Amino acid sequence: MRTAFIEGLLEAAKDRPDIVLLTADLGFSVLEKFHDALPAQYLNVGVAEQNMMGMAAGLADLGRTVFTYSIANFPTMRCLEQVRNDICYHGYPVRVVSVGGGLTYASQGYTHHGVEDIGVMRALPGMTVIAPGDPAEAAAATKALCDMPGPAYLRLGKAGEPKVHAGPIDFAIGRALRVRDGADVTLVSTGGMLVYALETAERLAKEGIGARVLSMHTVKPLDEAAIVAALAETALVVTVEEHNVGSGLGAAVAQVVAGIDGPRAAFRRYGLPDERYSRVGGHAYMREMMGDLRALVHAALPRARRGG
Amino acid sequence: MPDIEQTKAKARRIREHALRMVHRANASHIGTGLSMADILAVLYGGVAKVDAANPRDPDRDRVVLSKGHGAAAFYACLAESGFFPVERLATFCEDGTALAGHVSHHVPGVDFSTGSLGHGLSLGCGVALGFKRDGRPGRAFVILSDGECDEGSIWEAALFAPHHRLDNLVAVVDYNKIQSFGTVKEVLDLEPFADKWRAFNWHVEVVDGHDHAALAQAFAAVPAVAGRPTVILADTVKGKGVSFMEDKLLWHYRSPSAEQLEAAIAEVRGTE
Repeated sequence: MRTAFIEGLLEAAKDRPDIVLLTADLGFSVLEKFHDALPAQYLNVGVAEQNMMGMAAGLADLGRTVFTYSIANFPTMRCLEQVRNDICYHGYPVRVVSVGGGLTYASQGYTHHGVEDIGVMRALPGMTVIAPGDPAEAAAATKALCDMPGPAYLRLGKAGEPKVHAGPIDFAIGRALRVRDGADVTLVSTGGMLVYALETAERLAKEGIGARVLSMHTVKPLDEAAIVAALAETALVVTVEEHNVGSGLGAAVAQVVAGIDGPRAAFRRYGLPDERYSRVGGHAYMREMMGDLRALVHAALPRARRGG
Repeated sequence: MPDIEQTKAKARRIREHALRMVHRANASHIGTGLSMADILAVLYGGVAKVDAANPRDPDRDRVVLSKGHGAAAFYACLAESGFFPVERLATFCEDGTALAGHVSHHVPGVDFSTGSLGHGLSLGCGVALGFKRDGRPGRAFVILSDGECDEGSIWEAALFAPHHRLDNLVAVVDYNKIQSFGTVKEVLDLEPFADKWRAFNWHVEVVDGHDHAALAQAFAAVPAVAGRPTVILADTVKGKGVSFMEDKLLWHYRSPSAEQLEAAIAEVRGTE
């Protein structure tokens, strides 16, 4: 996804001298091609995220569209107040881009796990929050972010994620993509969990359970209509995210669920529990903390079909 | 160059407005407003290229009051500079006003909202860098408090600006030597302060922050050294101009009573 991002940004920035890319000294072997092609639109500010975000606001005040690049928690939490006051409050077109969303940097330890970043960013008024599901969505999101007013957070995984979408996609910020149809359960996925959601849906299909899969690449503003439809048309809705379920997509969708009067589908959240952990290992090993999505569906669906 | 008689008159009016505003609103932070009134008067007396008739001119200099708690004096300065009617100052902190107790960009003439300390110098770096890269002549003026320099983000920006040769960036520290809980020396000593900025490769001017001619001269010298940002360490007195407020921590918090207001205004009018 980060390759799709940087290539998409480079293509857009060639015709848009107002686009600049700042990094806080991260992105080795990723950002060089941008720097080499457009040195006047690039700057490594050093290991200083607070300064980077304040500067991004200053540059935006002079009419620039600013992309900042760093790893998961560094451009979101370290400098949260700069993002809130200097960027969001002024409504500047600054795009906070992070790589390593979720447990991507699995073996690197807790400091490098971005598992509350969506929650932190979606707490800010005016902030758009996007976690693309595959490289095609990442490319489309990057393009869309070049033209959108106001601030945004773009949460990417790493490089080399599989492509989910075979052909062109009808991408729009704030509108879920229906990637698969099914009548029994809806899996609402954000970020790179889309692959896992689809794999699970295929296994469920073999067991006679039809699963609709939505790629909810935009967590904020949330596509509430897609959620409301899923709650009406299928018996069980499950959010799927590599993130703390207490503040991310699961929490966002729960707010929609809570607003529905009358009969609706059952609702579950799949992701990381709201707990500290000391586990370290490979990405697949770390994901075991979230349990098995198929098992969750199996456990919840019979009761859901009985009406709750 | 600023007309010193005019800037002195302006500083007197800023002080008087600020006193009335905090009295009416029962607000804090009069001490800081009084300590930087002269800096503001000189900056808005012909130094900063800003035009109240064209407040959003993209080529204007940007002014960042990083010490956003000095809002009353700043709004007073902007009103006196023609950005909005002085009558509006009476709405300071009132229901529905734009004139918040910490600086708001919803007030005409304000470029950036501030209030949480340590944000302004980075904003200034972004502006200065943008102007440089565009080949435009604009500058960024950032007014800092001394206590604010406890924030690490200030030093991130301080490291950045000289490295990128931002000689169109000017920081002014209102060095009144008092912060929230006591003197700067007691709470977290900044000395040797000028040496710190020099070690970060800034051009340093140390001036009497109430001497309008000295301030004007320091501003006029910018950039004194090509490629270097300038910091003006303005030696000031908290509460300046009102004898019973001068150098008193209490006036970081207290609002003057009606009698105190009357006495304070009499002193301010008599100043100089």
